[in-house]
Amino acid sequence: MLKNSNSGYGWVSITLHWLTALTVIGLFAVGYWMVDLNYYSEWYQTAPHYHKSVGLLLAAVTLFRLAWKIQQPSPQLLGARWEKHLAKLGHIAFYILLFSLFMSGYLISTADGRSIEVFNWFSVPSMGEWIANQEDIAGEIHEWLAYSIIGLALLHALAALKHHVINKDNTLVRMLSPSTSQQPTLNEEKE
Amino acid sequence: MKTTLTSLTLALGLSFATINAQAADYAIDTKGAHASINFKIQHLGYSWLVGRFNQFDGEFSLEDDMSKSAVSVTIDTSSIDSNHAERDKHLRGDDFLNVDKFPEATFKSTKVVPKGDGKFDLHGELTLHGVTKSIVIDAYKIGEGKDPWGGYRAGFMGSTKLKLADYGITYNLGPASTHVDMELHVEGVRK
Repeated sequence: MLKNSNSGYGWVSITLHWLTALTVIGLFAVGYWMVDLNYYSEWYQTAPHYHKSVGLLLAAVTLFRLAWKIQQPSPQLLGARWEKHLAKLGHIAFYILLFSLFMSGYLISTADGRSIEVFNWFSVPSMGEWIANQEDIAGEIHEWLAYSIIGLALLHALAALKHHVINKDNTLVRMLSPSTSQQPTLNEEKE
Repeated sequence: MKTTLTSLTLALGLSFATINAQAADYAIDTKGAHASINFKIQHLGYSWLVGRFNQFDGEFSLEDDMSKSAVSVTIDTSSIDSNHAERDKHLRGDDFLNVDKFPEATFKSTKVVPKGDGKFDLHGELTLHGVTKSIVIDAYKIGEGKDPWGGYRAGFMGSTKLKLADYGITYNLGPASTHVDMELHVEGVRK
């Protein structure tokens, strides 16, 4: 039940998926809000601190997630050929966007050699300034990537709903619980 | 005989120095970094925050009659450096300098009013954040003369106070931080 099968996801993958979904949306919302905070807001220092801490922890979680994904069987994709191709492409894009977001965010705060404190538990050291005005360029990229990943998440959710409502396959429900992937779907019966 | 020769050499040297001190154009020595544009602003009314602009260019003419001298300086606003990448990013953004829209700040002198003792008022037009205002820089000459490498140099110091709101910079940093003190150190090499 923890591990993936050829037809469905185990609890580890399911938990990682939803944890990432919630965290990414949360980070986006906080990021969008905190950049316009008033200097006298009580969140002026804490919001960026939490944003950076959670972001770096998610980077570690995503590394583990990727290792898990590579090591585990991938449930078969459902739908037409073009849908499977698009799904694959979308999933790869998600990972590229995630790691680019982690990197660009890291490069903003560490551009002057300062390390990043993760909840005052430990600090991630700076690798120094790689390019001139790194904090500005990395910041611009971080912003665009953030909008991109939310856009992609929207498409991802729409695609899942389409599978559920129109195709009536278990693409969506098998990401909710491992047991739902045991039942054969309409599509699989036809095949 | 030896004394005569020494005094002759001295006299020659002095007359050379006098010639050297006559009207001449100088380039501000940014290449050798013997010039700096520094600022300080109150932080919450509890301390001074100090920073500088790393990139600028300029020249001045120095006349025997000081009142005929002139200065012009162009500052790359994106080179602001307060020794903290995240703050510099904020300062370059549209809450403050908006360097994408206003990449340059310029100062052009309009009038020099000598006050004796090497001191003078340097009147001029400062363009900052797209707004041009007349300002007066309280300045004085520190010294001039030959350098050890065959050149001739003259150096000044100046200071002025700018009200940020005058230049359309209205981000609320608190009542103690509405003005910024500029401290200018300029050394020119004669062209």
